[in-house]
Amino acid sequence: MMMPAEKSDNLFCSLAGLVDERKTSTTVDSDPSKQAVKISVRNLNFFYGHHQALFDNTIDLFANQVTAIIGPSGCGKSTHIRTYNRIFELYRNQKAQGQILLDGEDVLSPEMNLIDLRKRVGMIFQKPSPFPMTIFENVAYGLRLHYRIGRNELADRVEMALKRSALWDEVQDKLDRPGTELSGGQQQRLCIARAIAVEPEVLLMDEPSSAIDPVATAKIEDLIEALKEKYTIVLVTHNMQQAARVSDYTAFFYNGSIVEFGRTEQIFKKPAMKQTEDYITGRFG
Amino acid sequence: MHKLSTIKTTASSRDQTRADLLFRGFTALCAIGLILIVVGIFIELLMNSWPAIKKFGLSFLVSQKWNPVPGIEEFGALSSIFGTLATTAIAMLIATPMSLVIAIFLVELAPPRMAGIVGGAIELLAAVPSIIYGMWGLFVFAPFMQDHIQPFLGEVIGGPLFEGPPMGIGILTAGIILALMILPFITAVARDVFLMIPNVVKEASHGMGATTWEVTYKVVWPYCIHGIVGALFLGLGRAIGETMAITFVIGNDHSISASVFSAGTSIASTLANEFTEASEPIYLSALFELGLVLFGLTVVFQIVAQLWLRRLRKSTGGRA
Amino acid sequence: MKPRSNWTRRSINFMVMAVSTLSSFIGIAVLVWVLYEIIYRGIGAFNWDFFTKLPTPPGVEGGGLANAILGTVVITALATLIGVPIGLFAGVFLAEFGLRSKLSGPVRFVSNILMGTPSIIIGVFVYAMLVVTVRHFSGYAGAVALAIIMIPLVARTTEDMLNLVPDTLRESALALGVPRWKTTLDIVFKAAKKGLLTGSLLAVARVSGETAPLLFTALNSPYWPGWLNKPTGNLTVTIYNYAMSPYTDWQQMAWGASLLITLGVLFLTLCARFLLQEKK
Repeated sequence: MMMPAEKSDNLFCSLAGLVDERKTSTTVDSDPSKQAVKISVRNLNFFYGHHQALFDNTIDLFANQVTAIIGPSGCGKSTHIRTYNRIFELYRNQKAQGQILLDGEDVLSPEMNLIDLRKRVGMIFQKPSPFPMTIFENVAYGLRLHYRIGRNELADRVEMALKRSALWDEVQDKLDRPGTELSGGQQQRLCIARAIAVEPEVLLMDEPSSAIDPVATAKIEDLIEALKEKYTIVLVTHNMQQAARVSDYTAFFYNGSIVEFGRTEQIFKKPAMKQTEDYITGRFG
Repeated sequence: MHKLSTIKTTASSRDQTRADLLFRGFTALCAIGLILIVVGIFIELLMNSWPAIKKFGLSFLVSQKWNPVPGIEEFGALSSIFGTLATTAIAMLIATPMSLVIAIFLVELAPPRMAGIVGGAIELLAAVPSIIYGMWGLFVFAPFMQDHIQPFLGEVIGGPLFEGPPMGIGILTAGIILALMILPFITAVARDVFLMIPNVVKEASHGMGATTWEVTYKVVWPYCIHGIVGALFLGLGRAIGETMAITFVIGNDHSISASVFSAGTSIASTLANEFTEASEPIYLSALFELGLVLFGLTVVFQIVAQLWLRRLRKSTGGRA
Repeated sequence: MKPRSNWTRRSINFMVMAVSTLSSFIGIAVLVWVLYEIIYRGIGAFNWDFFTKLPTPPGVEGGGLANAILGTVVITALATLIGVPIGLFAGVFLAEFGLRSKLSGPVRFVSNILMGTPSIIIGVFVYAMLVVTVRHFSGYAGAVALAIIMIPLVARTTEDMLNLVPDTLRESALALGVPRWKTTLDIVFKAAKKGLLTGSLLAVARVSGETAPLLFTALNSPYWPGWLNKPTGNLTVTIYNYAMSPYTDWQQMAWGASLLITLGVLFLTLCARFLLQEKK
């Protein structure tokens, strides 16, 4: 585990002094020797046609940490992380402006190769979406696509991915059954196995447990805890308890802006902003 | 455990990105192919009918003469256009009420199992090739018309519309066969339109004490009228260009007569009968011009139907 | 306010219901009559010779329509090979790339026009394109004509079926770094497999019974199809020619061919329906 040794208050920045500025800066003052920045977002704006959905989002995400993104529905949480792998480009009229640096490389630049980018930045969606293939093929598909790989090693890696996503015990006897036959929670873990099999660096999770039952949710939360050792995880959730349980950092979104960002316990125990406090205590949203 | 470095990445991402572009280009090419075909049809028809257009001008559309004898050729499309419109009109007059009534029967009256079987049978009948209806029309229905229906109509109603010797074949017979052919098609579409009405709406009206007919007439009907008209347009589009169902029974005579008992011809059946026989270039060109007229007619109907359906889609919020 | 008499209302209802039930039965009875005649008159033509021998001149015993059966199968197969891929990829364009392209509106419009174009016009068009230019009728011209009829049908069902595939599936494939073309061919196609197969089958069923587009392209012939580079025998044009002939034995053959083609088309249609039902 790579938890920071000290959990000092200087890790979050109070925004109290910044509210008067037009642009709310939300970077966290951190000690760079301890916290490597994996993704650095600067002044990200997002548009659905003429409608602006994100306003000047600026945030740093640390390597091997779980960052939770919370906020009322429709506040731009999903929109925000859908820019990290440029999946929004599937649709017409969706446009992102600004800078997203993944290890210093600009994700939004036209030179960025989408296939490379998406190999490095995996994503789990709200609705489990196994491919219409067998369980084995679901995991092997991406591996075969990205790597030249022998049959034995392929089998090993599929097994490893399924183990890491805590699904192996449940599916090892039925690897040749269609992935769609699994339960919702199992399907979601299959999707996680599929995503981590190709060895991404970042894992984006867009409300991964909103469509599945509580027991499966608990499993996925344990999984997130275990996975952060290898990956940088961004978790969008509307469930504040979940954010509090699994994340190291939390960003609170409201109306397309990042209102507050800081260490999770600070956000939940003594939020700096009134809006954050209102949301966390359930006064709105 | 294997180390990541032991496995090599496959084909470079740049190649894949290029493959994506190629793929997209290829699908776009296929899509453009559709446009090229339709434009090609128009151009070919126009080019090949140009000699006839030059020679006969507008009189082609209003002349009833059809004389392919070499040297004194004279061609006019009026009899073919008349036959096309007359048979289509008869077909629509018969098929419209019948298909709607059958659709209502299937949705509102028939017990579910029966509705399922009959509905399935009707969909299958919509798939029966038109030449089958033509065969049946020539050998079974035309004699039946001659022996029973035409004498009956001639005696009971009579008048200029039902005049002349009962020959079996003719405009009326062709129209009826055409009606039979489009009947399953319109019925299937109309049934789907009726089925789209939420049950709540119907239940609410039944709950108020309305009879089945009142519900159909006052609730179902207004709800469906646009969809039904769309279905009728589609049926009309089929009827107007149908060839094989009527070529057998229309009589292929280039004349116009008030009586629906008399033989006539339609654009499609003229083409079917005379195209391979046309030896003189001007004859062939006149046939191409007939084709152009038919193509124009169907395009106009299609455009009207599509505009109608688009309006419908807007008014129902994209559900139809 | 005077309440409308219940008796009147109920009797109107009864009359309307009676009329509609009656007309339904008349309509359905006539359709059953058509099928009955085809089976009754056609079944007599079926014998070993019918399926294995070449046609004979009128009056000569024992001919068959083997060449026309083969010709119909070969022409339809070739039409499928040309029409289905083009229609399929045109449908892919509309469903997968259409949202981002200005081309999709016109393509959809033109596709509807082509679907409503009478098949005899397609025949005339292909005659001008492929028969006039090489100066003879040919089986492949017939196949092209049938393919042109298939393209918009396949494109339409492909677009509809691909639109049923949830976007999440596309997103999760793309998010895995799967290139767009593989996403479509490997994953979206697999998810829509049954729908695509159904659409193609229905298109094949539709064209295999077509006559008008073959009249001026494949024409007809009493010989084996060969390489399709000359007039090619086929069932539907044979029905047309034989039915119009004055010879009863040829007319008998036409009934047999009608039954065969009806059975073939209904079989394909039923296959397509079962495929679709299995999905649910």
